[in-house]
Amino acid sequence: MARHRFIPGFGLTLGFTVFYLSVIVLVPLWFLVLRTTSLSWAQFWAIVVDPRTLASLRLTLLTSFAAAAVNAVMGFLVAWSLVRYQFPGKRAIDAIVDLPFALPTAVSGIALTAIYSSNGWLGSVLEPLGIKVAFTPLGITVALIFIGLPFVVRALQPALEDLDPAVEEAAAILGAGRWQTFLRVILPAVTPALITGFTMAFARAVGEYGSVVFISGNMPLKTEHVSLLIIAKLEQFDYAGATALGSLMLAISFVLLLAINSLQWWTARRYQGN
Amino acid sequence: MDRRRFLYAASALPFSLIGCGSSGNSGGQAALRNVSYDPTRELYQEINQAFGRRWQAAGNPAVMVEQSHGGSAKQARAVIDGLEADVVTLALAYDIDAIAERSKFLPANWQQRLPNNSCPFTSTIVFLVRKGNPKNIRDWEDLAKPETAVITPHPKTSGGARWNYLAAWGYASRKYGGDESKSREFVSALYKNVPVLDSGARGSTTTFAQRKLGDILIGWENEAYLARKEFAADGFEIVVPPVSIKAEPPVALVDHIAGKRGTRKVAEAYLRFMYTPEGQEIGARHHYRLSVPEVAERHHADFQPVELFTVDGMFGGWKAAHQQHFRDGGLFDQIYQPGT
Amino acid sequence: MVDRTAISRKLIPDMIQTAKTTEPAWMRTILLGIALLFLLCFLVLPLAAVFTEALRRGFGAYLASFRDAAAMSAIRLTLLAAGIAVPANLVFGLAASWGIARFKFPGRNLLVTLIDLPFAVSPVISGLIYVLLFGMQGALGPWLAQHNIQIIFAVPGIVLATVFVTFPFVARELIPLMQEQGSEEEEAALLLGASGWQTFWRVTLPNIKWGLLYGVILCNARAMGEFGAVSVVSGHIRGKTNTVPLHVEILYNEYNFVGAFAVASLLALLALLTLVIKSALEWKIRAEAALQVEEAA
Repeated sequence: MARHRFIPGFGLTLGFTVFYLSVIVLVPLWFLVLRTTSLSWAQFWAIVVDPRTLASLRLTLLTSFAAAAVNAVMGFLVAWSLVRYQFPGKRAIDAIVDLPFALPTAVSGIALTAIYSSNGWLGSVLEPLGIKVAFTPLGITVALIFIGLPFVVRALQPALEDLDPAVEEAAAILGAGRWQTFLRVILPAVTPALITGFTMAFARAVGEYGSVVFISGNMPLKTEHVSLLIIAKLEQFDYAGATALGSLMLAISFVLLLAINSLQWWTARRYQGN
Repeated sequence: MDRRRFLYAASALPFSLIGCGSSGNSGGQAALRNVSYDPTRELYQEINQAFGRRWQAAGNPAVMVEQSHGGSAKQARAVIDGLEADVVTLALAYDIDAIAERSKFLPANWQQRLPNNSCPFTSTIVFLVRKGNPKNIRDWEDLAKPETAVITPHPKTSGGARWNYLAAWGYASRKYGGDESKSREFVSALYKNVPVLDSGARGSTTTFAQRKLGDILIGWENEAYLARKEFAADGFEIVVPPVSIKAEPPVALVDHIAGKRGTRKVAEAYLRFMYTPEGQEIGARHHYRLSVPEVAERHHADFQPVELFTVDGMFGGWKAAHQQHFRDGGLFDQIYQPGT
Repeated sequence: MVDRTAISRKLIPDMIQTAKTTEPAWMRTILLGIALLFLLCFLVLPLAAVFTEALRRGFGAYLASFRDAAAMSAIRLTLLAAGIAVPANLVFGLAASWGIARFKFPGRNLLVTLIDLPFAVSPVISGLIYVLLFGMQGALGPWLAQHNIQIIFAVPGIVLATVFVTFPFVARELIPLMQEQGSEEEEAALLLGASGWQTFWRVTLPNIKWGLLYGVILCNARAMGEFGAVSVVSGHIRGKTNTVPLHVEILYNEYNFVGAFAVASLLALLALLTLVIKSALEWKIRAEAALQVEEAA
């Protein structure tokens, strides 16, 4: 579109972006991939199809997806409550939403394990009901929900704050029910932000290790996280094997993120097009 | 103006918190760096102080020993990748071998340079059980019984855990006269009883003590004593099995780095100090078994008798043990093969 | 002018929320109840657990945890690393969001995905890449060693790892926000003769300030709390290269649970502090805006 031509700074901002991205992220990651090439394809493939690798990939991706999905729904609700409702303690709640970022991941893992293990505050309530959380995939999901929540809430908060109430009023005046207004007016407007939050929560969950290692129990084939396998390889001074797993995860994350981001651009364009 | 205040808030926030960002170095003191594994903090704190006094008393300039602690293999990797260590004190010889092999910072025969396989202090693998030993655990075979929950860390991520694993295997190997399939059956049965494989040895202790998981914790003898003391209220008891492995955490001078940093003399003195009566006494206070017979004699009554086998004797050294048990697809991995 | 529209947008929901543009009271109660229950289980309890452990031996023991030279040096190093990483990523975030949200060019999507990538990388790998690059066995290691330059197992490596793990925060907070807002206001300013810099300063920045602030707060919190990647490049030299999260791990491994959770709670408090500052700013600006609206009326 022609109108974008006269906004200045394209070369400067994009040039800096690409430069900084390359120095901090792309070049170092390239060396990771390069190190993998010291393996033959057969060796690489043997690592990929190892049952332990496959089990941990499945575990990592499924728990990450589940956690991001829970966060998308609950995070929306939390952001909505914080932006739209008045209730006692709102400021305090708003403040602790960032907590999962500030706590070292190991501390989060230890605290969550303490709460959800069979002698913990919640674990002792849930265990008689037949729900085991700590040292199961459910526990990993709990940890990943914890570390991903701020992404969704903080991505949605500005978007919800920026919603023009006039549009909602117009919808209401035109006879739309509250649910209709939500589905047709509010949700489309904040979908890009919601997908951003989901993407970041998911991405972060895929890469999370510090909190997971405490609550997972690390049982082979059951609760072994990909990061643990990478560490296991490093412990044997098998750098190539470790970078192979790292590169594999990198490729998977990249494809998934690209897909979700494309979805986000598509929804953003569709909404703006309306 | 609003925007200005916002930009300040945004960018100055972290800056305002820096305060005095410079980290001061400790004057003109000569520094010696000891890169060690995780559970030796308390030991080396005491050794470093005692050595510092001795070194100065002998007419040398004051020396400060810098400590770095972490998982044994992780520390070895750090040295290989450029963490400058004058001496390394790690959990197993395999990790120092890796430094010698990959970086050539020390000769391949490093382990012959100091007495007792370069181990001033040794230990063995014992059991920590709950108050009153309710499951009546006496020997290794009790760990493989059904309904017994065993806590031990992940052998793939913890050096200590590898000692635990080899101790169990060595017991079985002796019992079944070296029959590999029977030993394998025993060790499999034992690991089937493990509900949680923490990534490090102290993590396992916490799982056992704080989460109240498991009936028995496998670990180093000195660590069991420490856990019993730290969690005194729980009344844990130490059970020493009749047979176990001799845990040998070796120490070594990293010739290349010590040469480069000009610390060779003090580094060698530091390592030798651990073999002096004074150094050995410190080890005894931390419940290590000692390598100098005269001092060990004095503490004979502190340790329960146990028949010890070694990695070299039973497994033909760490390299062979690693190749057979801990490499990808090795015997440890086979325990968890699907369908077994 | 521009300011005022932004302000009225923020004020109106609070002032004239009519029955038609909000949920029925019972619905609000249920939604709020679910949100709060969720937060209780996932946020409040872990926080309570941290402080319960930290204060188990009383307030004196809690304070004593900070009066330790190793703790102080860890705090200094963490502040230093965050103090470099956050401004660096702030500048990057502003540049990236301007370039990506204000222009259309092929590969935009790819670029955003690459910016996201550091989140998805396991912290073990985030640290390892710098080891592979700057380590003795790595590409640049031998050259650096010859020139006596220490990157990993020293402060620069810790800063790099921190920059890496907090890389996307500001950019990812701003890109969707600027996209959603569109560029009409900036175009108007430019048409009226404002320079690019003035437009950014007077139009864009006020519009994105909340998103920017959230991004910085998150980035800062994460920079201070990062554990895994920093652990790989730190070398764990006591009093030199231990950050606060690493110090917490050490204390925990020494069975000093009170100390570990006390130092961890400091990070939690820092996160809360940034939010308090944010709330104070928010409140002040709303008050000023209300005044302006009154004057205008």
